[in-house]
Amino acid sequence: MSDVLTVLPELILAVGAMGLLMIGVFSGDKSYGLLKWLASGLFAVAFLVMIGSGAEQKLAFGGMFVTDAFALFMKSVVLTGAVFALGLSGQFMRERGIARFEYPVLVVLAVLGMMMMVSANDMLALYIGLELQSLALYVLAAFNRDKLRSTEAGLKYFVLGALSSGMMLYGISLIYGFTGSTSFAEIAAYGIGSGTNGLGLLFGLVFLISGFAFKVSAVPFHMWAPDVYEGAPTPITVFFGTAPKVAAMALFVRALIVSFPDLTQQWQQVVVFLSVASMILGAFAGLMQTNIKRLMAYSSIAHMGFALAGLATGTVDGVQGVLVYMAIYMLMTAGTFAVILGMRRKDGLTEDISDLAGLAKTRPALAAIMATLMFSLAGIPLLAGFFAKLYVFMAVVEAGMYWLAVVGFVTSTVAAVYYLRIVKLMYFDEPNENIEPLKDRGIAYVGFVTAALNSPLHLLLIWPLTLAAGLAAQSLF
Amino acid sequence: MSQFHIIVFGPLLGFLIAGLFGRRLGDRGAMGVTTGLVTLSAVLSAFALKDVAFDHNQYRILVLEWVRSGTLSFDWVLNIDTLTAVMLVVVNTVSALVHWYSIGYMSHDPHRSRFFAYLSLFTFAMLMLVTSDNLVQMFFGWEGVGLASYLLIGFWFKKPSANAAAIKAFVVNRVGDFGFSLGIFALFMLTGSVVFADIFASLDGVADARFIFLGYEVHALTTIAVLLFIGAMGKSAQLFLHTWLPDAMEGPTPVSALIHAATMVTAGVFLMARMSPILELAPGAMTLIMVIGGATAFFAASVGLVQNDIKRVIAYSTCSQLGYMFVAIGASAYGAAIFHLFTHAFFKALLFLGAGSVIHAMSDEQDMRKMGGLSKMIPLTYVMMMVGTLALTGFPYTAGFFSKDMIIEAAFATHNSMGSFGFLMTVVAAFMTSFYSWRLVFMTFHGTPRADEKVMSHVHESPAVMWVPLAILAVGAIAAGFVFSDYFIGHDRFDFWAGALVTSHGDVMDEAHHIPGWIKWLPTGMMALGFLLSVLFYVVKPGIPKSMAATFPGAYKFLLNKWYFDELYDRIFVRPAFWLGRVLWIRGDQKTIDGFGPDGIAATVLAAAKRIRVLQSGYVYHYAFAMLIGIAIVISYFVLTGGGF
Repeated sequence: MSDVLTVLPELILAVGAMGLLMIGVFSGDKSYGLLKWLASGLFAVAFLVMIGSGAEQKLAFGGMFVTDAFALFMKSVVLTGAVFALGLSGQFMRERGIARFEYPVLVVLAVLGMMMMVSANDMLALYIGLELQSLALYVLAAFNRDKLRSTEAGLKYFVLGALSSGMMLYGISLIYGFTGSTSFAEIAAYGIGSGTNGLGLLFGLVFLISGFAFKVSAVPFHMWAPDVYEGAPTPITVFFGTAPKVAAMALFVRALIVSFPDLTQQWQQVVVFLSVASMILGAFAGLMQTNIKRLMAYSSIAHMGFALAGLATGTVDGVQGVLVYMAIYMLMTAGTFAVILGMRRKDGLTEDISDLAGLAKTRPALAAIMATLMFSLAGIPLLAGFFAKLYVFMAVVEAGMYWLAVVGFVTSTVAAVYYLRIVKLMYFDEPNENIEPLKDRGIAYVGFVTAALNSPLHLLLIWPLTLAAGLAAQSLF
Repeated sequence: MSQFHIIVFGPLLGFLIAGLFGRRLGDRGAMGVTTGLVTLSAVLSAFALKDVAFDHNQYRILVLEWVRSGTLSFDWVLNIDTLTAVMLVVVNTVSALVHWYSIGYMSHDPHRSRFFAYLSLFTFAMLMLVTSDNLVQMFFGWEGVGLASYLLIGFWFKKPSANAAAIKAFVVNRVGDFGFSLGIFALFMLTGSVVFADIFASLDGVADARFIFLGYEVHALTTIAVLLFIGAMGKSAQLFLHTWLPDAMEGPTPVSALIHAATMVTAGVFLMARMSPILELAPGAMTLIMVIGGATAFFAASVGLVQNDIKRVIAYSTCSQLGYMFVAIGASAYGAAIFHLFTHAFFKALLFLGAGSVIHAMSDEQDMRKMGGLSKMIPLTYVMMMVGTLALTGFPYTAGFFSKDMIIEAAFATHNSMGSFGFLMTVVAAFMTSFYSWRLVFMTFHGTPRADEKVMSHVHESPAVMWVPLAILAVGAIAAGFVFSDYFIGHDRFDFWAGALVTSHGDVMDEAHHIPGWIKWLPTGMMALGFLLSVLFYVVKPGIPKSMAATFPGAYKFLLNKWYFDELYDRIFVRPAFWLGRVLWIRGDQKTIDGFGPDGIAATVLAAAKRIRVLQSGYVYHYAFAMLIGIAIVISYFVLTGGGF
């Protein structure tokens, strides 16, 4: 019974998803709006139950599943991101004729997978959670199945995801082979052998990490991201950009910190490689983009690089930095996509960056929201994005990894170019075609809330956030 | 809120009002506000002098706590002792008179509100300087007057020569300021404080302290005194850092009178007097001060002999008189230095404003070769200039007679090892001063008019708003000497200074009163000699100067070109600096830094971005290949390094 209580939030989502599916099956696509609300309600209930059960560590199902402060923190971020994504998928989905009842159900299932990923304490639980999430996401990417680009995105994501899952399973099997267990705790207890034994375990670890890197879209496992971001329907791209990244990062952190404390020196090198490659590629490749969704894909790659820099330290401070970073990153991304969904001309939505020109004159409120988010993404002081980077960099410097911090500084400077270019376009260039007023209230709410949270107002909230992140990080060590 | 707040912050208020609302107030409003407030300050300053110097009250008024940082701690303070009170009177009186005078002099200028705002800003900064009780506030005022001076020299910013002069003044002063700031740092390092009282209190303990610099062991206080003196040299235009002062005459004439004669240029003398307890412990520095002061007095006077621009003659005269003041400092006769500063302010401001009146009358002509015969046409100005000249040359019982003779006597009596050099230089300079001063009077006011008729027909006496300030200054130029000499340099000086300066019984001033009688009359004799020679050259036989110049062309050119200092500095500093600047600009910045830096990086970044975009081909097998390559690289790395176990 205690096992069931521990997984109660997940159970609620699982049963709730079935319920939603039933409603959808019987009342058809006209229940889309209702289902969105019900899905959000499920997330709220799951969140409340989760908060109610507290942050102390509880194991379930023979140690395969764990809830602790870390899980609580990351799940909260995941749920918030999912609610934002649902909030942004009103008008757009209806206009495209893809406001189908399967969408909320798939989102709930994906979130269920993510919550299991965050709480996974065993390689198999990890894999199950990951696959549950991924399968839902493959379908979501191809959700606009009559559109070539959407189906192409879904297919690419599926093929590459299958490859990465295969590699990860191979890694898990190697780890099992060398340690004799799939449980995080037992793998950690096994320690490292010497000679080939250790090297074999290390191979397994590298393959495992490659799977995580694929999910967080770290270089060189990132290449699906720009295509999928661009091809998927925009509200689904919002979802892709927020919740799954957070969940995958949670998995990444927990698996490495909890199961491989003795191999820290080794996995640090891999993570540093992923981090540096992601920061550099994300910063430089973003410069040439003209499509704002593709730009956000590269931006996301660069941001994942920064977050991984925090993980690379392997310290409590570093993990705390990662958590703060992911929370703020989720807010920035959701907000930016809200504005992208608001980029509507007479002939429909546009994704061209140049269409933002002169936005400050035609739609000053939207431009102000976008400018706040861009400054925050660029890491300009006094905005939330700055503190996200600050905590990671402080941890990196404290860990003595100065050159990693230097790479971070340099690449964030380069990346600032594309963020600031958008601000410049909006405020200093002449409008070529007017952006229509917002009709979707969800977009306005999400945009306003995220911009407010990223604006200097966040100074009121950053302290509790870092405190919570600190507690969450400590629960892993 | 005391009268001192009004004295100091009145001009600031005037500056703010005229500066911020000048356009809305109009020129008359701006002039009225600034002039009124400065005049109020001047009147209150006179009362303050009586209160402090004669009723023996001292004040230390806290404006606000300024810095508390570790051991560095000082406040913004109005520190009023006799030295400050004297400076308040000098600064505010001359400033108020110059404000009044400018109302007439600048009446045709379209930017009057800006001009008056700058004048008030200058006055405030100068007051900050003299009221400080610590070196940092003093430095703030020091830079403030430098800024105001820069703005006012370049007031006619459409004139390239004015801009060049303003920049020159700023740059040359920077050299001095560097010394000053190093001096402040060194004092803080040595005594742990920048507040005068604390510094002086701790001097006994560090009298023999030494710095080690580049392997040389140097006496700490001497080094500090020399550094501070370098600062004073810049501000007070002493030899080697004097070149900016003559050029500063590009500014409007009232500015020359206020800043470049009466007040700002004497800030260096004030600084040295303030630091007198340190100087007393640094005999090496005193020798240097004596040498530089004496050399400046001689050099500037000699250049003044042959200049033809009426303002430049007076400018070199100022430079020379500042040299006198430093000779007095070098002789430990601080009271004499400040006394000369005090009297000099009156008669030099008088001469400048008188010259301004002449220039005003002559339709902006400054070349004395084109003047002459003006005495009957502008008699009031003529009388004022005569008074100023008498006071400057030291005619008995005028202001200059008391103060300048005291300096020469002190230089004779001092134990400074270069005292005799200072004495000799100042005596010769006294002769030359008399010569060039009378030359100026004769060339300008006597003989036949050399200007064309159109100019001469326009010659007119200045309005009352201009000559009344002249008259007030003239009274000072005559009376300041015998009224105040007993207090500044005579028997009452101990009560008068009340510890603001180093004064003691039996000091050099006492000794100076007991020197041979012929020494006492030597300066007066020199004055008479200079006068007679000037009469011979410019009244009796006006052909002599030309034939002299023709007979000794080398000497004449040497003097006319100001000992070639400008040319020398141009060769040594300016051109190499420009050359270096150009090399760094074109080779260093444009070709190297821009080429490899901003432009180069931007180009590289874009090229890299393009290449990365090619990688993103859209083919799934490319993407999968990239993933496998990534894994292969990491695995190979661990195989090759053995995994670091």
